[in-house]
Amino acid sequence: MIRFIARRLAMAVGILLALSFMVYGILSAAMDPMEDLRLSTQPNKAQLIEARVRMLNLDQPWYSRYWGWLTEFVQGNPGIAWQTKQKVVDMLPNAVSTSVQLVFGATIIAVLLGVTIGVVSALRQYTTFDYAITFVSFVLYSLPIFWVAVLLKEYMAIQLNDYLADPVINWPALLIFSLIAALFWAGMLGGERRRKLITFGSAFLVTLATSYFLLSSDWIHDPKIGFFGLAVISLAAAYVLTLLFAGIKNKRALYSALTMVGVGLALYFPLQYVFATYEMTNGYILVLFAITMAVGTLVGWAFGGPDKMVSVRGAMLVGLVMGTLVYIDQIMRVWYSYSSSSAIKNRPIATIGPGTPGLNADYWTTYLDKFTHLLLPTVALVLISFAGYTRYERGATLEVLNQDYIRTARAKGLPERVVIVRHALRNALMPLASIIPGDIVALIGGAVLTETIFGWGGMGHMFVNSLRNHEIDPVMTYIMITGALAMIANLIADFLYAILDPRIRVNA
Amino acid sequence: MSSHDPENQPLDDLEQSRTQPGTGAAAGENAAADVAAEAHAAVSSTEADAFGRGEGVIEAKEVEGLSQGQIVLRRFTRHKGALAGMIVLGTVALLAITSMGIGPIPGWWKFQDFLGSGTVQNGGAPTLHLPRWLGGPGFAIGDHPFGQDEIGRDNFAQVMKGVQTSLFVMTVMGIVQLIIGVTIGALSGYYRGRLDMVLMRFTDMVITLPVIVIGAVLGKLVYTIPTKLNASDALVNTIHKYLPLELAIALGCILWPGMARLVRSEFMSLREREFVDSARVAGASDWRIITKHMLPNAMGVIIVNVTLLMSAAVVLETALSYLGFGIAQPNISLGNLISANQGAFATRPWLFWWPGLFIILIALCVNFIGDGLRDAFDPRQKRIPSQRQMDKAQLKDDRGLVIETVKEEAK
Repeated sequence: MIRFIARRLAMAVGILLALSFMVYGILSAAMDPMEDLRLSTQPNKAQLIEARVRMLNLDQPWYSRYWGWLTEFVQGNPGIAWQTKQKVVDMLPNAVSTSVQLVFGATIIAVLLGVTIGVVSALRQYTTFDYAITFVSFVLYSLPIFWVAVLLKEYMAIQLNDYLADPVINWPALLIFSLIAALFWAGMLGGERRRKLITFGSAFLVTLATSYFLLSSDWIHDPKIGFFGLAVISLAAAYVLTLLFAGIKNKRALYSALTMVGVGLALYFPLQYVFATYEMTNGYILVLFAITMAVGTLVGWAFGGPDKMVSVRGAMLVGLVMGTLVYIDQIMRVWYSYSSSSAIKNRPIATIGPGTPGLNADYWTTYLDKFTHLLLPTVALVLISFAGYTRYERGATLEVLNQDYIRTARAKGLPERVVIVRHALRNALMPLASIIPGDIVALIGGAVLTETIFGWGGMGHMFVNSLRNHEIDPVMTYIMITGALAMIANLIADFLYAILDPRIRVNA
Repeated sequence: MSSHDPENQPLDDLEQSRTQPGTGAAAGENAAADVAAEAHAAVSSTEADAFGRGEGVIEAKEVEGLSQGQIVLRRFTRHKGALAGMIVLGTVALLAITSMGIGPIPGWWKFQDFLGSGTVQNGGAPTLHLPRWLGGPGFAIGDHPFGQDEIGRDNFAQVMKGVQTSLFVMTVMGIVQLIIGVTIGALSGYYRGRLDMVLMRFTDMVITLPVIVIGAVLGKLVYTIPTKLNASDALVNTIHKYLPLELAIALGCILWPGMARLVRSEFMSLREREFVDSARVAGASDWRIITKHMLPNAMGVIIVNVTLLMSAAVVLETALSYLGFGIAQPNISLGNLISANQGAFATRPWLFWWPGLFIILIALCVNFIGDGLRDAFDPRQKRIPSQRQMDKAQLKDDRGLVIETVKEEAK
């Protein structure tokens, strides 16, 4: 095993060195640091040129400059962006953290949504729902992100802000929205015609009633989930999660999930007091998260019976849902004061940058500000990458569903839920292990286009800007980091796969 | 991947299959299709009975006496999405080429000079109107169907020229990556050993960075290099005039690794087949075996992959042009049209809508064609009944059963 890792790492380093050599060569041919001086009309043009040549060692051939750069880089000095005289080391932390912030949420949402829809689409193969999803994912796949981004800025920011300032219920839009939601649910849940009609009708009514209530009751100006909302949503979550992952007949799992809901509801008001008294930090939130998970484990364990893990998992999931809801509730509660504050002026959905400059506020408002800034780029990124995950997961699920062990599972009379969740889903999720590490690397490499459009100063932005400004050092640093991460991701993907799939051996 | 080293074969092979999620997915769908077709065969059991029992009998009957090409064509035309994509793409290409002309030949559109300014009419609003039955004021094309920009340039002329550029770049990129990818893949798959090792390491290197990153670097290279080498103004202008061609070739040089890996794995399995052995025994040269015996057998995979990469190529080119590392004046691309007009969205939204819609249209059509080709070339592919057809057949079958039992009881 160690020999294998060592061999792969050595190879990766070799490839990376060759890559850096080639890219450096191309870059030094492609960049023209003298561009401004060539057209200059200043009297001391010759001197300026000479000074620039000396500063960038342009009199040496490019491979000797490469050697100089490499020796410095290996010693931990990636150089400077010569136009701004900024050290690359100083640019990096900010760029990396911005990129991670931007792409982290989008990747998680895209994976969750894409995988769910892909699995359902495969289960409902060759139905209208499947065809519709296939068509939509083809369309999303063909969308240029820079075009979508401009549309989002127009419709999701400018016009939504206008709407939020003066919300009037738009009946046709509301009806169309409810209709689409109803069609989606009816197609997704499937079944006989009667069942489909019932799903369609109830989904339509529920969507319509909920949106009407939210729009007419001034909820969008001062949103909150509240105790009642928390109770309804978490009970529904407990029921659905148990139904999916344990089966509703598993009383122990059901009771542990419901107990978890009870514990959560009982803690709701004490938590409000805690949030109101103490200034929150990410550390506190992490502690609360850990406590939630611990309580979930305890509850599941207590009810567990012979198959403890099922109950524990269910209770933990319910705890996660409730914790998230309480967090969202807190964020929502500062919405009113946030959107009417002087820094925002009732235009809460932002189009540029990662945060409102000079907004000194408490924990919740700061995070609300982050989320409003994240909204548009996240939607853009999710729209684009959602399609890929859906197609991928649909294919993987179909492949698994045709395996003999699925037929065996059905033949021995297992309920369809067990066949799908325990036998099919687990195996269908396995190929994701090979693509997700690559996507996590893309987190740090940044989304070149998205960052440029939405004005986020992340890694991708650093790359594009430095390339425009003929600064070779930051570009090379970017390339080395992305390249190294790609190699590591490849290695991790192989290992994850080897761990998950016992048929694959790592001999070395 | 180091096939000379049997030690870590499983993992290395895994990496190969991993990096081609498309093929796995396709196989999955087709395997599923098999089962659906089986179910279909079972449902319409009377039909099956007519020709004897067994899986795929109907399909076998269907393709009796047809050549491989005819079978593929027949399957392709059965894929409605692919057919529609073909027709729409053809129409778009025809419209773009005839309206703005190609090379020295002028087109029929009255504003051939897409960079020349004119008088702005009615604020540059589009004169294309919907017919009355669609709620418009009556169908009309008018002088500027897609509107004008702030200095009166005709948007239709610009968009059509941009479509030409995109289609041209897409085609050239496809050809370049086809040539490089197939050559590298075929050589390393056929000769294996050390050559394979070197070529695959090279492929790994090219595939490491995101295409948009290398694409931007190469785009910049193509644009700057003539100025940097102190070429004469005339030469620089000529080079910039043919920028789309140069850019397309440069981008083709980075898009090939996927193709190379696919062709390599296809060749690895093909070279173990009997017909290759028999060709070798008959004294055929390596060149002849590769081109006459193996390549035709790998054609399906290659065509499908080229098509799917072409749709990625359209989006890549427009994205680079948008960032400013792609096509620049005096050429026009859909990407730089959007980039130039995004600020004017509030005042002249049509300048922004039309180029974007054409990008989506082209990419979508190519995607659908690729999907259709994948279905057509896969020998395991069978006709798939929709859920509704299955339900209907089931219903009919049940009824038939009911009627028969009633009849039997009546006896």
